[in-house]
This record gives sequence, C-alpha cells and structure tokens, in this order.
Amino acid sequence: MSTRTPDLPEHRGRSLRHGSRLDSYVDRYAERTLGMTASQIRSLFAVASRPEVVSLAGGMPTIASLPLDIIGEQLADLVRHDGQSALQYGSGQGDPRLREQITDVMRTVGINGHPDDVVVTVGSQQALDLVTRIFVDPGDTVLVEAPSYVGALSTFRSYQAVVHHVAMDEHGLVPEALRAAIRAGQRAGTQPKFLYTIPNYHNPAGVTQTAQRRAEILQIAEAEDLLVVEDDPYGLLGFDADPPRAIRADLHDGVIYLGSFSKTFAPGLRVGWALAPHAVREKLVLAAEASVLCPPALNQLAVSRYLESYDWLGQVKVFRELYRERRDAMLDALDELLPDGSHWTRPEGGFYVWLTLPDGLDSQAMLPRAVTDRVAYVPGTAFYADGFGTRAMRLSYCFPTPDRIREGVRRLAGVVEQELDLVRTFGPGHLSDRAGLSLPAPDLT
Amino acid sequence: MSELGRVLVLAGGLSHERDISLRSGSRVAEELRDLGIQVELRDADAAFVRSVPADPPDVVLPLLHGSQGEDGSLRTVLEMLRLPYVGAGPAASRLAFDKPTANTVVARAGLNVPEAWVLPHATFRDLGADALLSRAMRALGLPLVVQPARGGSALGCSIVHDVSELPSAMVGCFAYGEDALLQHHVAGTEVAVSVIDTGDGPVALPPVEIVPDGPFYDYQARYTAGATEFFVPARLDPATRDAVAEAAVTAHLVLGLRDLSRSDLIVDADGVPWFLEANVAPGMTETSLFPLAVAGSGQTLGEVLLALLQRARNR
Repeated sequence: MSTRTPDLPEHRGRSLRHGSRLDSYVDRYAERTLGMTASQIRSLFAVASRPEVVSLAGGMPTIASLPLDIIGEQLADLVRHDGQSALQYGSGQGDPRLREQITDVMRTVGINGHPDDVVVTVGSQQALDLVTRIFVDPGDTVLVEAPSYVGALSTFRSYQAVVHHVAMDEHGLVPEALRAAIRAGQRAGTQPKFLYTIPNYHNPAGVTQTAQRRAEILQIAEAEDLLVVEDDPYGLLGFDADPPRAIRADLHDGVIYLGSFSKTFAPGLRVGWALAPHAVREKLVLAAEASVLCPPALNQLAVSRYLESYDWLGQVKVFRELYRERRDAMLDALDELLPDGSHWTRPEGGFYVWLTLPDGLDSQAMLPRAVTDRVAYVPGTAFYADGFGTRAMRLSYCFPTPDRIREGVRRLAGVVEQELDLVRTFGPGHLSDRAGLSLPAPDLT
Repeated sequence: MSELGRVLVLAGGLSHERDISLRSGSRVAEELRDLGIQVELRDADAAFVRSVPADPPDVVLPLLHGSQGEDGSLRTVLEMLRLPYVGAGPAASRLAFDKPTANTVVARAGLNVPEAWVLPHATFRDLGADALLSRAMRALGLPLVVQPARGGSALGCSIVHDVSELPSAMVGCFAYGEDALLQHHVAGTEVAVSVIDTGDGPVALPPVEIVPDGPFYDYQARYTAGATEFFVPARLDPATRDAVAEAAVTAHLVLGLRDLSRSDLIVDADGVPWFLEANVAPGMTETSLFPLAVAGSGQTLGEVLLALLQRARNR
C-alpha cells in the first residue's frame, strides 16, 4: 500500500499547479451569462423524463393524434416535387405563401393582418427574442404578468431587462395593477418598453383574460402609449367556446402578435410568427436575418402543405377534445385528492393548471421528494423573475394520459401531505430565505 | 485490449443525481472508445436486466450516483447477474453510502471525524424539533452542517450560520432523504483524495484542493465550469499531503472498498485532516474531482479505467 502522492509531471496538469477553473474563458463571458449556471432543480428534470415518473412538468403537446402517415406522404412529396425550394435558402421574412396562410389562421381570432406584416420565425420563441432584441437595452423595463411564461423570462433576462410583474386574477391581468405599474415606473422616470401578455389559457396560470379586461387593457395601452406583445400559442385550444378575440384584432399599431404552430400542429417543426406594425416588421426581418438568415424552408413548406391539404381545423378539434378530457381528469383528481388549503385554477383551454399549496409549503424545496415519489412538476418560482411563486406550481395535463394524470396527482397529494408534516415539525421558516421574496410583486393566483 | 471484451457503462438511474451520472457515463464511454475498447453505454432499467442473459457484457463499469448506484442495490443486482464489475461490492457500498455508519467505522480506525448526530424526521416530530435542534446547536455549535445521511453532490446540504436558517435547512435536507445528519462544521481547506487499486494495493492520487467562489462547494459550484478553482496537488505541506492521502487509503481499506473511491476531507487551520465522506462511484464529469486527480497523477482517465476494468474482468 502506498500513501505517497506523486508529483505532477510537467506535461500534464501543469496549469493545475496554479489553480484551474476548468474553463479557459471564465473571465471573458458577457455579463448576460451571469445566471447561466448549473441548477440542481433543473437537473431533477433528467429523472422526470424516465417512464417511471409521471411528469406533470413539461408542456409537450400530444402529437400522437396527428395523422403521421399523411404528414409523411406530404413531406416525401414536398421533397420530391418542391425540393429545389424546400432545401434552399429562403426569404428572411418567411415563405410568402405561408405568410398568406398565417393571415388565414389569424382570422380565426379576429385579426385581419396583411402577409407583408408577418415575419415567420423559428417558433414563436424566436419572435419573442427578436422583439426583445430590437426594443430592449440593458436596464430597460418590461412588464409581464404574475406569473409569466418561463421562456419569456429567460429571454428578457438574457437581454438584461428589468422585469416587473403585474398582478393577475382568475380573469387575467388586473387593469388597476397595470396602471399602478406604469405609474410607479413614471415616478421612477422609466417607461416600460412593452407589456408581455398571454391572454388565452395562460402559461402557467391557466386563466383567460375576459373581454372586458381586454378592452380595459387596450384603453390603458392607448392612453399610456404602451406597446403590447400578445403571445397567443393556445388561442385555438379552448374547450367550450369559440377562440377568444385577440387583442390585436382591435388595436393595430400598438400590438405585436406572436403565434405558433407548435400547439396546433407540431412543435418539432419550430415554426411560429410575429405580426407587427410595418416599421417594427422591417426591423424584425433585419434582426431575423442577422440571427438565422432565414427560417428553415423545409419546415415552412411542410406547415404550408399541411394547412393546404389537410383539415387542420378538424385536427385542432381533435386536440381540443383530447386536452379537455385530460383537463377534466386533472381537475377531478385535484378535487378529490389534494388537502385542504390548496387551491388551483380551472382552465378553459390550453395545457396548464396553476396550483397553490397550503400555507407554509415551498414547491421548490418539495421537488426532490416529489421526484423520489416519481412525480414531477415545475415549481412556481420558475415563472417569476423576483423570487415569488414559492407556494405555487405549474401542472400540465397536455401529455400524460388521463390515467397517468390521476396517478400523478395521487402521488403529488402524498408528497404534499408529507411536506405538511415536515412544516408542522419545523415551521415554515424556509420561505423566508428565498432571494427576492421581499420585493413587492403581486401573487394573486 | 481484446481480452477485455465488451464493456458496459451503466449510467443514469432514477436517483436525484441522474443528470450527473449521465454526464459521467458519456465522458467515460468516450475515453474508453478512444482507447479502442468496445463500449456500450446504457441506463440501468428493467430492459437492462432482461437483456443480460441473452447478451451479457464482459465487464461492467457502474457509474450511477446516489441511491441505487452507491447504496449497494445495483451492485447486488450485478452480483445476481454474475457480471464482473468495477468498484466496491454491495455490503461495502451500503456501508460507505450511509454517512453516519461510515463515519463510525473510519473513526474507529483513528481518523478524525467531525462530531455529528443523525435523526429521522419522525424523532423530531415526536420529541419536539425545537428542543432537539437547540440541543444540537449547543453541542455542535454554529455554523453547523445539515445534510441527508445518504446521498451525494451536496444535494440537500446546507451550512447553517444562524438559528433562523435551521427550518429551511431541515426541510431542504428531508426532501432528499429520511435521515438528517447534523454535523459540526470544520473550517479549513477542502480536499478530495481519490484512491485507485490496480492490483498492487490502494494508492492515493494527488489530493485536489477545492476553492469555490461561493460560500461552499454546493451543486452549482460542483457542476458549473468556472465556479470553482482547483489545485492539484492541493497546496498543503508535504506532511499534510501525506496525511490526507493516508486518511483516504485508510478509509478505503476499513470500509472494505475496492478498485476506486474518493474521500472528501477538510484540513483545519492546524493541519489536521477531518474525514467527511467516501464515495464508491465518484463523479467522472468534466468538472469532477476523480478525473482531475487522475490527470494530476500524470495518467489519463481512460488508462486508469482500463486498468480497473481489466482487474475486474479477471477477478
């Protein structure tokens, strides 16, 4: 047995004599990478992908109900007959025919847009990135709902925006809170660059802005010269009513509308769009060209072919029925199994339920226990830029079957009971150390 | 090379450290393939167990971290399947994975172990958390370390500086396991000492000194490249360097470990090494300590693993 440690040979490990950070560029990264670190919460989602775990976390659409054979034939035919276009660079603004079809899609939510004002993007996430890129300088303020879409918050953070949350309730964004946020900004000498809102079947809150609220928000936007970025990936996925009328339908110049085929067709194709006022659209196109030159031609033409040759609205109806059944399964299970003190939203469309835990519980601290018990969700803090949301979580019903949803909620209820037991033992002090909790952001859900 | 046959690298699993294990597995598979070895990388799932009778690998490198991977259960399965594998057997793994038990064993062998108490949630609930935590704080002092009695990657681990932080630390700890280890915090230089045994007895590799940017070597500091500074060998005087090496080898031996291990220690201001824990499946990611120690010894990770695989194959 030897306990002597050999000296380092000069040819290996030399740099480690002087200390190594295992990253040669550690001093060169831009400031915007500061939050880009390993996360033990994010790492837990590696377990959620295993079949043993009921994942109520992800927002993956159920694409199993798509007519895959027909789409396969369409793709083969597309390459065979239009391969010269489908496999070539295309316009930075997007395929002209697809932009026309997108205006048809938007008519279902009351928007009369012109194809020239449409910019096709790599998912609506890229549209959001481009909008932020052309409007937001570091330190600029963006208003978002409380809570808001985690992907949007990541984008705003990467452009070093200051994010202010505006209260929501079961009817959506609260106009009075919006006015208060604008006034607070004015007192501080700042004008928000835009309001980012998801009016329909909100991600993650699962609520929908009422028509009256939309009208009030429009009034505020016009009176305060506030640009509205309306993100509407779920608008066609309502369960009981016609698609709600978009904000953009009633205000042309003050709204940038973001749409997506990820929920109504196929997320893997990564095709979304922005409809923007003319001058904004020009800048979006230039920004898009600087970013990706052009959106993928093959994917655009695949969407175009699908819209043209298939009863896509019929397929949307199939999705709606499927998600309604799953929503019902989740709400029934929550009603039956969750302990007193929990409450949750009752979505009329889309993918998500926003669950608020009994007082004193912390959904992020609870997640490892949930993973041990083979159920996963997204902690509420992911949907706030300021540390709020500790009591809340997002549950998605879009991907698991109704039976799995029920089983997942059963497991979750057990986890909540165990956590309540812990809090009864040690007290709820664990909520007090979460960064940002003292910030005055509203959390009405 | 040919006598080694097909190597199965097992990575993934269902523990909280699945993500780390997948990264370890991917890196190791690449290192071995670079040496011309036939490698299969797969998850430890039901399909794996079913596949073995028809197509058994020649030797297994288990790289599952945390429960299953390090608590002896996976290794029991490997024994049941009669597959040779690298690393400690089931009983030794179980022993090392349970920090309180391992601490007792290495303390009996003469190593310094920080004073610690381990209690399940039920005891706190039934006998009163306030009284027990007050007693723990008086006995162990502040700051104190709260961590799950089993598990790795500092998951669920907190350093408590003030009584108001205790509820948070306890809830965070019990989210990862049934028993909490409350341990006196030893301030000093944090070092990790990897031990390998390729047939001539356990040998300590150069100790790796860990200097995190943040308050302690937590998950973020472990797996974010750039967030921690490492020194290989640790900036210790020769006598202390030998002392930590000897402590790691002693832990390896008295815990009955085999082939490889990594012991984590703190060297206090007086140069005294304190044993914290031993790992039977040390991480092999790009920011992990075992590969750093291997590089510091002038070897490559592939070379060392190849030697360990050959030894396991011939066992």
